[in-house]
Amino acid sequence: MPTQKSTDNQLELLTESPSTQVSRRKFLGYVGLSSALLATVATSCDKNDDNDGRVNLGSGDIGILNYAYALEQLEAAFYTKVISSLYSGITATEQAYLTDIRDHEVAHREFFKAALGSSAIPALEVNFSSIDFGNRASVLGAAKAFEDLGVAAYNGAGKLIVSPDYLLLAGKIVSVEARHAALIRDLISNGSFADNTVIDANGLDMQKAPSEVLAAAGTYIVTPINASNLPTS
Amino acid sequence: MNMLNIISEIEKRDPEVFEKISPRRKAMKEFANFGGKVALASIPFALGSMFKKAYGGPTDAITDVLQFALTLEYLEAEYYTTALAAPGLTATLTGAARGAIQTISAHETAHVAALKATLQALGTTPVAKPTFDFSAGSGPGGPGLGNGPLSGANSPFVNYAVFLAVAQTFEDTGVRAYKGQAGNLITNNDVLTAALQIHSVEARHASHIRQMRRATGLAVPAGVTVKPWITLNQSGVAAPFDAYVQSSYNGEEVTSQANVNIMTVGGNTFSAAAASEAFDEPLTKAEVLAIVDGFIV
Repeated sequence: MPTQKSTDNQLELLTESPSTQVSRRKFLGYVGLSSALLATVATSCDKNDDNDGRVNLGSGDIGILNYAYALEQLEAAFYTKVISSLYSGITATEQAYLTDIRDHEVAHREFFKAALGSSAIPALEVNFSSIDFGNRASVLGAAKAFEDLGVAAYNGAGKLIVSPDYLLLAGKIVSVEARHAALIRDLISNGSFADNTVIDANGLDMQKAPSEVLAAAGTYIVTPINASNLPTS
Repeated sequence: MNMLNIISEIEKRDPEVFEKISPRRKAMKEFANFGGKVALASIPFALGSMFKKAYGGPTDAITDVLQFALTLEYLEAEYYTTALAAPGLTATLTGAARGAIQTISAHETAHVAALKATLQALGTTPVAKPTFDFSAGSGPGGPGLGNGPLSGANSPFVNYAVFLAVAQTFEDTGVRAYKGQAGNLITNNDVLTAALQIHSVEARHASHIRQMRRATGLAVPAGVTVKPWITLNQSGVAAPFDAYVQSSYNGEEVTSQANVNIMTVGGNTFSAAAASEAFDEPLTKAEVLAIVDGFIV
């Protein structure tokens, strides 16, 4: 279990532009490694675990799939907890919707795990202490944040994928996340399914780079993640 | 972004590329320093514009996808614009429902404008808006403009149940259409990203219209619950209208992805319904054109 301080350092790192010499030097500085260890660090890039205990998403398409797997782990863990500790006043319809979404997210998580096989990152530890699972507004507010973030993450990751098959798989999932996002938003405020906080003047949804997404998700993911080997274009 | 790669690839074939776009060199340099702060939508437009000025002609097959997408967006935009102005829907399309359709309509109109601008920036003349027949009477062998099965009392602009059913079908079809074209855009990061950003908006629309259909119960078969997501290959549309929309849902019943059986994945047990809902499926261009054929004169 990492200390809070080291977790904060990871989050700072995730907001840096990845895979540059500058950020690598910074990274070495943060974790106090000497330059003599550089070669060791560099050769461990494709493994799931860095020598410093961070989970390394990897590079190329595998890295992007692991990135998606990380986000699906977060969503699945969240909705699993939502269903195991239903908020007060939940309606039967809301419970049915949230159970469906839980199933979809668990299916996504398990799909990535199975598809990635030995390349899959391990299970991530999550921390939802900032969410009041007994409170409808808190739960739906978190759900909205997760779903909108998921949509923006997949939209931003599409261009980083090389294989058309993987791109299609991401496409099959992102539209389901968008359906979730719209529903959750409507449960909070009917008609907000695609309001101007997520859709711009060109009618386009959000898209975010992995660094931005992981910085936001870092609030809830305890396990330190190294995303520095992800493709950037 | 791979824009600099694109330019460097062009430079290999045409060493004078930088001279040709020299008035724009400063802009090019600024692009290189962009980072993520500029609205992405503006990038393909501006980039295409630079290449158009340098080379004048159409770029590549990317434009075929954009023309196809534009045709679908014309269809959706005109559908909602017509509905919002239809005297036959003033008594039924009211309040929050009208507000939602206004939101969706504005997005579709924006998509038309964005796709036209992108095509123009790429040096290609956008296809003209076709004449649409929302009675579904056109296409080969059809009864002709305005005489289709969705005419008279069954017109989507008279019958609110039909309006919602067709809207749901257009949105779900749009999601499948964009999904099916993503692979064809993989060589152009900026156009691909913009297309994905439209794709998820269409899915948000579909989700909301499905909620509207559930709330009203109009043209929903007895015993069927319409969800924001697609269950198996069910349209959730009652007879006789189901016959006109079913082809938009065929193939959605898939429960296996990349050789992974979703119903039993990771030691979990999911129903076929849940496994199919968790993943949306693509349609090919030919399949989409067959679906919308009756609506295009």
